[in-house]
Amino acid sequence: MSTHLTGGFDNPPVQSALAFRAVMNALARPGRIETVAGAAAPAPVSPAAAVLLLTLCDAETPIFLAGAHDCAAVRDWLAFHCGTPVVTRRAEAMFALGGWEALAPIGEFSVGAPEYPDRAATLIVEVDELEGAGARLTGPGIAGEARLSLPEVAAFAANHARFPLGFDSFLTCGSRIAGLPRSTRVETD
Amino acid sequence: MTDYNFAYLDEQTKRMIRRAILKGLAVPGYQVPFASREMPMPYGWGTGGVQVSAAILVPEDRFKVIDQGSDDTTNAVSIRKFFEATAGVATTTHTTEATVIQTRHRIPETALTEGQILVYQVPIPEPLRFLEPREAETRKMHALEEYGLMHVKLYEDIARHGHIATAYAYPVLVQGRYVMDPSPIPKFDNPRLESAAIQLFGAGREQRIYALPPHTRVVSLDFEDHPFEASKADHACGLCGAGDTYLDEVITDDRGSRLFACSDTDYCEARRAAGHAGAMAAPYAETQA
Repeated sequence: MSTHLTGGFDNPPVQSALAFRAVMNALARPGRIETVAGAAAPAPVSPAAAVLLLTLCDAETPIFLAGAHDCAAVRDWLAFHCGTPVVTRRAEAMFALGGWEALAPIGEFSVGAPEYPDRAATLIVEVDELEGAGARLTGPGIAGEARLSLPEVAAFAANHARFPLGFDSFLTCGSRIAGLPRSTRVETD
Repeated sequence: MTDYNFAYLDEQTKRMIRRAILKGLAVPGYQVPFASREMPMPYGWGTGGVQVSAAILVPEDRFKVIDQGSDDTTNAVSIRKFFEATAGVATTTHTTEATVIQTRHRIPETALTEGQILVYQVPIPEPLRFLEPREAETRKMHALEEYGLMHVKLYEDIARHGHIATAYAYPVLVQGRYVMDPSPIPKFDNPRLESAAIQLFGAGREQRIYALPPHTRVVSLDFEDHPFEASKADHACGLCGAGDTYLDEVITDDRGSRLFACSDTDYCEARRAAGHAGAMAAPYAETQA
């Protein structure tokens, strides 16, 4: 049986509000790992990524599906629950979903314009592990410094270097989520 | 059960506002355009702040609204009632108990903590607007980090008055990049823009949202020989005796008598309840009778 009809929020106004609070806390405090719940999308989409899609995506937000995430089951689920148009060119995407390697070449995603830096892509990066250890993060939202496991450091460091331009990222692993905005300086140590 | 969707706005609108808030947090101090909706209150009454609050409230929140520091003015009472009715959230007047505080033109005296969110109502979000009326130009100035005009304005203050006479909506530089209007808070409040709380700014009529993540570096613009000063009326509060709070001046008769009292009513009441009394205070027990 097709599963694309299931896995949405039971009570969208309240569940998306709770989810957004966690998502906002994650992005406003890089390095902090939040837990979200309430959504289930077909594999390989993690529960946390499914919550992000339901909370932020709709018909106004073209999305790029990378690698294994670009499959009929995920497209059907997105179409039914969010009505989100799927684009095949990275430059046209407001959101992107996939594993780190599949999302490459990262440089093709929109980083906004000098006069409209908000017109930049948001990447939802599915990772196998997510912990408060590894790369050193400093910047807005962080008292002192924070640590976060990243799939790669150089790309995020380069992304920060062109602030205020740049993409913003969420890292998702199971039902856990962390935010990494372009404002965060990323270093190996 | 209420006849409105949770927190009044429809889900599509909330998603649009939430996306704007996230981009605002990612680029601190930058004004993100958003498709501001008509709200059941006039522009100038906090439609921007109300839309931001509607997009972030959760049912478990305890909501506080202040207007120039006071919980009891028409604007504060009506917005508090609005969310009691449409979101069913609990409300409070105590800063320390609130999880979300919507404010018009003040930052509470009590330092905010990590779990709290401060939502500002903003009339004119563009700090350069009175210097350059064209949106296309101010946008270019922000893009090029071309903020000389703002320093000229502050310099002209000094040339004319001997000091920087800007007393409210005092411009700040956020994380060394964007010049931002902190909304018309008194400059006394500027040092508290560096906070452990998330701060969100909503301008409904002007259709802009901007944000300060916790611990963002916020510097009030000044000159080496005219450093920024968080000034206030040179008095103690007449009711609670506090010497370190922002004061309202209240004319009490037609012969020049006046009372200086804390603008933050919750802070003042808490101090009086704890036994502090200013020069013009009635005993606290008497005022509660």
